[in-house]
Amino acid sequence: MDYLVRFAQLHETFRRPELEACATLAGVSIEIIAYNEYSPYCVVRLPNEAAARAVAKRSILVKDIFELWGEGTNYEELHADVRRRTHGRWNDYIAVPFKFTIDYFAGTRNTVQKGEIIRSFSYMGFKGPIRLSNPDEEFFVMEEYVDDVEVSILGTTRTGDPRKIYLSRKIADSCREAVLKYDLKKRRYISTTSMDAELSLITANMALAAPGKLFFDPFVGTGSFIVAASHFGALTLGADIDGRSFRGKESGKLGIYENFDQYGIKSKFLDTFTSDLTNTPLQRTAVLDGIVCDPPYGVREGLRVLGNRRGKPAVNVIIDGIPAYLRPGFIPPKKPYGFEALQNDVLNFAVRSLVPNGRLSMWMPTTNDEKTEFPVPMHENLEIISISVQNFNTWARRLITYRRLPEGELSDISLARKNIDDQGTSADALNAFRRVHMLPGHGTRVGKDQKTAE
Amino acid sequence: MKVITANFVTCAVKECKTSPASFPLHFNDAELEQQELDFQPEFIRNVLPRIDWEALRTISNELGFPTLPDSKPEGEALDNEQTLKDLHRLLLETHVTEGKLTCGNCGHSYMIKEGIANFLLPSHLGEEYHLFLNNIIPHALFTQIASQIDTPGLGTGF
Repeated sequence: MDYLVRFAQLHETFRRPELEACATLAGVSIEIIAYNEYSPYCVVRLPNEAAARAVAKRSILVKDIFELWGEGTNYEELHADVRRRTHGRWNDYIAVPFKFTIDYFAGTRNTVQKGEIIRSFSYMGFKGPIRLSNPDEEFFVMEEYVDDVEVSILGTTRTGDPRKIYLSRKIADSCREAVLKYDLKKRRYISTTSMDAELSLITANMALAAPGKLFFDPFVGTGSFIVAASHFGALTLGADIDGRSFRGKESGKLGIYENFDQYGIKSKFLDTFTSDLTNTPLQRTAVLDGIVCDPPYGVREGLRVLGNRRGKPAVNVIIDGIPAYLRPGFIPPKKPYGFEALQNDVLNFAVRSLVPNGRLSMWMPTTNDEKTEFPVPMHENLEIISISVQNFNTWARRLITYRRLPEGELSDISLARKNIDDQGTSADALNAFRRVHMLPGHGTRVGKDQKTAE
Repeated sequence: MKVITANFVTCAVKECKTSPASFPLHFNDAELEQQELDFQPEFIRNVLPRIDWEALRTISNELGFPTLPDSKPEGEALDNEQTLKDLHRLLLETHVTEGKLTCGNCGHSYMIKEGIANFLLPSHLGEEYHLFLNNIIPHALFTQIASQIDTPGLGTGF
């Protein structure tokens, strides 16, 4: 059966991978028949209505899902298609209370035109009462016009008529309302680096968070990702090199736990602990179903891991006869860390700790500057499922989702970068992204830095 | 820290990971709390195969709980709701709020405060620690050399 998905018109490169992830979660196969990133309407093939409901129910970027009754590039074609597809079914709806809605993208119709459009479907012969609130069945006429964005990017010509028209019967809403529920503005415990609710929920979906599963964020911070994974039912663990980030300032209260409490998902929270990914206390066995993370890549803070700067020897300082590290308030030394070295550590960690087919969803920054390219990190035991990009002015970040391959399967990593930037002593020397975007004469800080230099 | 987490963590020192003595970490001076949580049998069933049963028995004994059966419940035993509830209570509802976790291999102790364990290593237990662990230099000499190189009281790498 063909179904029509109505997407939210944003985060376009995340929409298909998220829809596919939701189908994987629902255990159904999905075929995407027609998709255009400049349109909210997408036609998919799914086994049945139950499958359509299950897929939509888990999606954040889908608004709702419909049974496709017909499509065309004009009303003549549409009516012909509707007759062909649904002629035998009209009788089933003859007495049902119903409603007709006109939905349009990048276009509009006045009341008179709307009335004409709705009346043009009178051949279906629905006699049921028209009910504007709580109808038993809701039919949608969708008109898709060419949007200004597409005109400016692709140079498509815009005409006064819709490019595509659909008739469909509504089946189900998605779980998009969760975006409002988890809005950072209403969350008890957040920080400047908290990931927004929508992208956190999408990340959890890409990694297939679900009841019964165990999820982990090694850079947990204020817990945006594990809260999202737990919203979908996973039990979650988090770690951070800086315990203050998840602990919060109020003594006696665990900041991150306040969030789980606020959303009524305390039973999904396992633990947070202070640790460093390069010296993780997690055992070297496969115990995790999913890893969701946004590693600290040095946009706001330089990268650090535990250890001494190269050239400085490791020492056990004794103060008043007590080793310094046993004294209260000891802060372990940290050293600068490479951007790519960090990503590789995450991949190696994922390979060790994910169960077969477990997923890693990791964010990484990249640039819009074509001269500098940041390769997607690869590992032969991980298959890349999807890469989605969120664009900002001078930089962008991408969400990369990997699947842990079962033993005996390998992925092709011949395109992967060989040398890794773990040699160097300063945060800037180690971090190509930081060099491009944060140093004098580059990217966003050009004006200000030139002034200081003079 | 919940008992389930204790079953997944070992010593953060790289060299210790290969030693059987480093797992499980041993609880000392543990203060326990019970917290009631929703019973989630599908989670217990999913995670149980990944639990190291011998380690769980050790942890359970050290925390003063009755001895667990010799072998991990499998197959039909997992249909018994009481078995799953007992595991739920031990793994998820029992947590250590204060105490220490000590490595049986290197002897380093990790503190647990307000339920949060700190696995950060002091610098001399980090990547260069193998010099000492592999008996390239004895601990006393290691400490002595170290304290001569750095100015006492300043700490390292701040």
